[in-house]
Amino acid sequence: MDAVLLARTQFAATTIFHFFFVPLSIGLVFMVALMETLYVMKKNEVYKKMAKFWGHLFLINFAVGVVTGIIQEFQFGMNWSDYSRFVGDVFGAPLAIEALLAFFMESTFIGLWIFGWDRLSAKVHLACIWLVSLGTILSGFWILTANSFMQVPVGFEMNKGRAEMNDFFALITNGQLLVEFPHVLTGALCTAAFFVAGVSAINLLRKKHIEFYKKSMKLAIIIGLIGSIGTALSGHTQAQYLVKTQPMKMAAAEGIWEDTPDPAPWSAFAIINTENHENKFEINIPYAMSFLAYSKFEGSLKGMETLQKEYTAKYDSVVGEGTNYIPPVKTTYWSFRLMIGFGVAMILLSFAGLYLWRKGKLENSNIFLKLLLPAISFPFLANTAGWIMTEVGRQPWTVFGLMTTADSISPNVSAGMILFSTILYLLVFTILLGVMVYLMVREIKKGPEVGHGVMAKVTSDPFKKVGA
Amino acid sequence: MELSELWFVLIAVVFIGFFFLEGFDFGVGMSTRLLARNQNERTVMVNTIGPFWDANEVWLLTGGGAIFAAFPHWYATMFSGYYMPLLAVLLCLIGRGVSFEFRRKVENPRWTNVWDWVIFISSLLPPFLLGVLFTSMLRGMPIKEDMNMSAGFTDFINVYSLWGGLTVTLLCFLHGLNFLSLKTEGEIRKRSAEFAKKVTVAVLGSLVVFVALSWFMTDIFEVRRIPELLLVGLIVAAYIMVYFFNLKKREGLSFTMSGLGLAFTVSAIFVGLFPRVMISSIDKAFDLTVYNAASGDYSLKIMTIVAFTVLPFVLGYTIWSYYVFRKRVSDKEHLTY
Ligand code: HDD
Ligand code: HEM
Ligand code: HEM
Repeated sequence: MDAVLLARTQFAATTIFHFFFVPLSIGLVFMVALMETLYVMKKNEVYKKMAKFWGHLFLINFAVGVVTGIIQEFQFGMNWSDYSRFVGDVFGAPLAIEALLAFFMESTFIGLWIFGWDRLSAKVHLACIWLVSLGTILSGFWILTANSFMQVPVGFEMNKGRAEMNDFFALITNGQLLVEFPHVLTGALCTAAFFVAGVSAINLLRKKHIEFYKKSMKLAIIIGLIGSIGTALSGHTQAQYLVKTQPMKMAAAEGIWEDTPDPAPWSAFAIINTENHENKFEINIPYAMSFLAYSKFEGSLKGMETLQKEYTAKYDSVVGEGTNYIPPVKTTYWSFRLMIGFGVAMILLSFAGLYLWRKGKLENSNIFLKLLLPAISFPFLANTAGWIMTEVGRQPWTVFGLMTTADSISPNVSAGMILFSTILYLLVFTILLGVMVYLMVREIKKGPEVGHGVMAKVTSDPFKKVGA
Repeated sequence: MELSELWFVLIAVVFIGFFFLEGFDFGVGMSTRLLARNQNERTVMVNTIGPFWDANEVWLLTGGGAIFAAFPHWYATMFSGYYMPLLAVLLCLIGRGVSFEFRRKVENPRWTNVWDWVIFISSLLPPFLLGVLFTSMLRGMPIKEDMNMSAGFTDFINVYSLWGGLTVTLLCFLHGLNFLSLKTEGEIRKRSAEFAKKVTVAVLGSLVVFVALSWFMTDIFEVRRIPELLLVGLIVAAYIMVYFFNLKKREGLSFTMSGLGLAFTVSAIFVGLFPRVMISSIDKAFDLTVYNAASGDYSLKIMTIVAFTVLPFVLGYTIWSYYVFRKRVSDKEHLTY
């Protein structure tokens, strides 16, 4: 493999891995903060137990989220140095601000929260967890500011072959950011909600700690409803924005080769032949694409062939003659379908939960509870699919219209070095994931009553007093 | 002062913050094998830095982010050029970060022992590697006209850089020992104070050698003779004070002095670099400087505004968190990690 492909593989593997933990951290700390708020307001010990138990699972996840993030921060310089030279001026600022504004907040207040149960008053302790939650949200905002610039570059001017910032406000009010940020946040809510719901379902099926897990499940259903409906709505606005800003990505996500009829149907299934630019066995839902793209039942979309011609006229002067502007179509198409499929499934499950709750049958409906177990994976898969669609669909660009992926890498780093580091990362990731899942399963089995290690006492240490 | 010069100073300040703070938690990590006699003592030690280590590490991330934003060329050249050492640092930081959280999640001494080894190694290597990195930067690296650096093994690893790595490691170790005698009681407190005395002597010895090496191997004493000599004086004075306050059992002052020692050392590196940010060993003309590696003025202005608005808050709540956890840690209470 050449260096570009290896660097891409490494970026893909490490960000996807990082983004397994990120949405669970963002969503779960928000839910834990809600639980602790209920405790402080209602003084009901169950809520405190909930905050501690779920908080404990959150911490295990958070630790892995943090360490996988550190790789990302260094990776731009290590593997993508020409990219960094080109856009550092615009792109570095949100990253630096993220560290200053969000990472300090997260890490300081998480320390205070973990170690402060006995040292801080209930209200101050509660404030700490809310500040952690705010920190994770701000962190998302700033990194998505950076990412949005790559999708839709704004607030810059070219100077001596480099992009230089000339409008910070434009950068943080980038239309792409305004649609991407809510989508990622609601996706994070889904992730936490289905995690809490799934874990609660396991225990309700086993008839353990019914009260505790029922309360958790109810909160999860509310958050799940908000999250899943929210992702669909915000996803819809994103699609509309996408048609305007990156029509090629949208066309690829829909497998549209030639301009569509008006009104445009939405493709639910197709076997795509990228060689001959044609699809077979299409299943189409009439009108739906026009609605997704324009919120009305009319309007057509441009196909990839038309767009290739338009892009050639516009961008060949930037990146050279004969560039192929069509991204990997199948990947983009199928990741979009996966995301939407899981999104719809989560909406249905959330409503089913709400219905059973109203009927008072939440803990007895075995089918529903069993469905919730595989559903733990849905938001994780949807998140991954979403990023793959967004990033692969942007190819061949790293910064849309300005710089291609092939031009972005470090000229002085060899393919061998990237391969070596990628293998090491994958090795470490495998270990981390294994240990984390093992610890989570252990904690879940222990349940809320015993040994939530947030308060684990040293008396349980077999080495207590030895030689001290 | 130009904005790019201001940002050079701010980045120096962030790295001073990093070594001052993460310096002691690296040192505590090293002590878990070099000083602790059993797992119980290790647990106490780890818990002295429990609430702080994560935020301390963020100083490094902020330093990286600030270099990226203010000097994109510096960031690109350094991070791609130091690929392998940085990879090792990253792997250590990964291991370290999860170990604290994982070490006592299973009540089995063996499990804990494994993660404690990770803590030890990953607290020992990063300061060493960062020391190697900064000292080799002072000496100059093969940077070509296109600003890219392609260094061979001996550019990274030579007597000078190894000695630099060793010195930085010792400085962090001493700082960690001082932190331990400040934050623990009983046996550990006594032992770390005793050990710190010996390490102070080693630190002074290695600093003398390091200054001598720097005199011959770098140009910092030519370029900035007076300020560098002044800083060397301050560094040596700080470590003599460490010894003195240690004898007097003034733990707080001793800790402050070892922190200042680190701060002056980092300052000496940055003063020696200025106005260069990366020195080319091939040709002076290829040096990266604060002028040719910087972002545009607009970007720097925005960053300056943000930094001066946010930093006071960060410092405020950081100090508050040290205040909340000001008590000494002992095995007579609940220990979280
Ligand atoms: C929308 C959210 C989001 C996205 C897209 C990313 N991250 Fe992230 N990151 C977070 C949200 C987050 C977080 C919620 O703040 C984390 C994750 C879990 C955690 O523990 O904190 C975090 C941790 C985290 C850390 C460790 C912070 C610490 O020590 O406290 C770093 C350095 C990064 N991230 C950097 C990145 C970079 C360079 C990314 C781009 C490729 C990236 N993250 C994508
Ligand atoms: C906001 C956080 C980001 C996330 C979650 C993210 C996610 C992803 C994902 C999932 C891929 C996989 C594509 C694939 O499988 O090929 C990818 C690829 C890539 N991303 Fe991002 N990305 C983010 C930000 C960035 C940033 C800041 C850069 C800056 C360099 C970047 C550059 C790339 C590149 C060069 C690729 C390789 C292209 C490819 O493999 O198709 N991304 N990213
Ligand atoms: C239900 C209908 C959904 C629709 C119509 C939808 C639409 C979209 C669109 C159009 C994009 C690409 C935006 C771009 O490239 O600029 C996207 C990205 C993404 N989606 Fe969805 N989505 C849906 C559900 C979900 C769900 C349920 C999740 C996760 C729980 C999710 C997570 C993501 C993520 C993480 C991204 C990448 C970040 C971004 O660009 O916002 N999506 N979505």
